[in-house]
Amino acid sequence: MEHRNVYFDNNATTPLHPGVKEALIEGLEIFGNPSSMHGFGREAREKIEEAREKVASFIGADASEILFVGSGSEANNTVLSLLHCDSTRCSCALSGRSGLVTTVIEHPCVLNTAHDLGRKSHEVTYLSVDRHGRIDLEELRRAVTDKVGLVSIMMANNEIGTIQDIKEAARIAHEGGALFHTDAVQAVGKIPVDVRDLDVDFLTISAHKLYGPKGIGALYVKKGAPYCPLILGGHQEHGRRAGTENSLGIIGFGKAVELRGLEMEEEEKRLLELKNILRDGIAKAIPDALFMGHPEHCLPGTLSVSFAGAEGEAILLYLDLAGIAVSTGSACASGSLDPSHVIMATGVPVENAHGSVRISLGRENTLEDVQYMLHHLPLIIDRIRTMSTAYRRR
Amino acid sequence: MAKWTYSDKVKDHFMNPRNILREDNEADFHGIGQTGNIKCGDEMIVYIKVDPDKLTITDCKWRTYGCASAIASTSILSEMVIGMTLDQAYAITAKDILKELDGLPDNKVHCSVLGDKALRAAIDDYYAKNGMQDRIKTQSAKIVCECMQVTDEDIEHAVLEGARSFSELQDMTKIGTGCGECQENAQAVMSGYIQKHFGL
Repeated sequence: MEHRNVYFDNNATTPLHPGVKEALIEGLEIFGNPSSMHGFGREAREKIEEAREKVASFIGADASEILFVGSGSEANNTVLSLLHCDSTRCSCALSGRSGLVTTVIEHPCVLNTAHDLGRKSHEVTYLSVDRHGRIDLEELRRAVTDKVGLVSIMMANNEIGTIQDIKEAARIAHEGGALFHTDAVQAVGKIPVDVRDLDVDFLTISAHKLYGPKGIGALYVKKGAPYCPLILGGHQEHGRRAGTENSLGIIGFGKAVELRGLEMEEEEKRLLELKNILRDGIAKAIPDALFMGHPEHCLPGTLSVSFAGAEGEAILLYLDLAGIAVSTGSACASGSLDPSHVIMATGVPVENAHGSVRISLGRENTLEDVQYMLHHLPLIIDRIRTMSTAYRRR
Repeated sequence: MAKWTYSDKVKDHFMNPRNILREDNEADFHGIGQTGNIKCGDEMIVYIKVDPDKLTITDCKWRTYGCASAIASTSILSEMVIGMTLDQAYAITAKDILKELDGLPDNKVHCSVLGDKALRAAIDDYYAKNGMQDRIKTQSAKIVCECMQVTDEDIEHAVLEGARSFSELQDMTKIGTGCGECQENAQAVMSGYIQKHFGL
C-alpha cells in the first residue's frame, strides 16, 4: 500500500481550516491596540467584537457573556480560582461555600488546580466514573452539600470521548446551591452546545480544537454569575482579563466557529460513519481488542481502544513510521511513569491502560485514511505481539 | 519531518528487532531470566544457550512487552552477548546498553536497566540448573519495588546519598512509580535505614 500521512490526533489539536488560515493572513494587517481610541485601534476593536458575536452565537450566549483568554487551561483555572476569592477585590464570595466537586477524569488543568485547592484546605470531591467513563448523577447529588460552591464537570472526555449529561448535572448542582462549570473544550465544535438549554454558569472553549489557531480560548460567564479575574492589570475584557487582546487569535477563532457552524452537523455525521468502519474493521481484524468510551454517548470522531499484550508507545511509534499519527495513554509516552488516569478510572486492567490508543478523526480524514489504518494496524499489533511476553495466540 | 524520537540505533533495533524468540521452544534454552512486570508497562524474558565447556553464550533470544526503548534495548543486548563468556555477560550494565544504543532520554533509562537484570537472571538460572550455585552472585539484596526493580540495597544507598523523604527517594530510584503497591513497605524500609545510619 502506498505510503500516506494520516493525522488521527484531532483531539490533541486540529489543523487550521483553510478558511481560518485565510482570515489569519488578512488579520495580520490589523495591528492597532483595540484599547486605542484612534482609527487603528477601532479597527482592531471592531474585528474582536465581530468574533465575540460569532463565538457567542455558536453556543447560544450573549456577546457580553464571552471573554477571550489565552487557552482552555486559563479559562478553567479562572473559574476554579473563584473558590479562593476572599472578596477583598471583587464581590464574588460564594457565601462561605469553598468546596469543589469535580471528577477523576478531568483534564490535568482542572485536576491539578483541584489538587491545589485541596492543599489549601478546600474540600474537594472527585466523582468516580463507570466502565464507560460516565459519572453517577446520584453520587453527584450526594456530593453537593451546603459546603460546595462550585461543581466542575467536563462535557466530553479528551481521551475516551465519553459525553456526560451536563444538563442534568447542572440542574443537580443548582438544586444544591452550587455554581456549575463545564470544560467543553472537546465538545464545542463536535456536538451542538447551547448554554441556555444546558443552564451552565461557566463554560470553557478552545479554538485550536475546532480548526482555529492555538493560544486563544474563551470563557462563557453567565450574566450575573459571580466572577473574579485571575489576571489583574488593565481594563481589557471589561476588567475581567487583563492583557492586550490577542486580536489575531481572536479573528481566527471567530472564523473557525463561523465555519464550524456551517459544517459541523454534516461533518460529524461523516466522521461517525468513518469511526464505525474503523471500529468494526479493528474488531474483525485484530483479536482481543478492547474498546473504551461510551458506546452511545461518545464524541463522533473519537475511538479509544487497547490491545492485549501490546504496549501503547510501541504501537504509536510503529504507526508513526507508517505515517499515521495517534496518541496513547501508555505511561511510556507520557513523560511520567503512570498510565492514563482516565483509562485507569474506568476500571480496566492496568495493562490495558498501557496499551491504549486514541484515534481521533477530523474534517480532513477520508475513507482512504481509514482503509490505510486498517491495513497497517493489524500488522503492527501482530508484530508487537510476536515479541511480547504477554500475549500467546489462542 | 522533524527528527525522530530516539537515536538511529534505537530506531533500527525497534524497526528490525534481532533475536526474538518466535516459537515456543523455551525448553531448548539452558537459562531463562525474567524481569519487570506487565502492570508497570515493561516485562522482559531473556533466553540463553551456553557452551558448557567454554562457558560462553552461543545464542540469546528474548521477548519483551514494552515501549520502543525496551524493545530496542533487549534487541541490542541480545546481539552484544552472543559469544561472550558468562562472566563477561554478567558484568554488562545498563550503562553499557545505553552506550550501544547511543543513549536514551532520561525517563527511558529504566528500560535498559531491565535488560541487564533479565540477562543476569538467565545466567543465574543456568548456574542453578548446572550445579554451579556457588557462581550465583545474586546479592543478599531483596527486591522491594517489583516494577522498577529497586532493592533494599538501592534504598540504603540512596539514604546514604542523602535521601530523607520518600519523594527524594523516588527521584533517585523511581521506586513505587509503577503500580505503587510497594510504597508502604518501601517507606518502612527507608525509615529503617535512616534509623540505622542516622538514628533519626
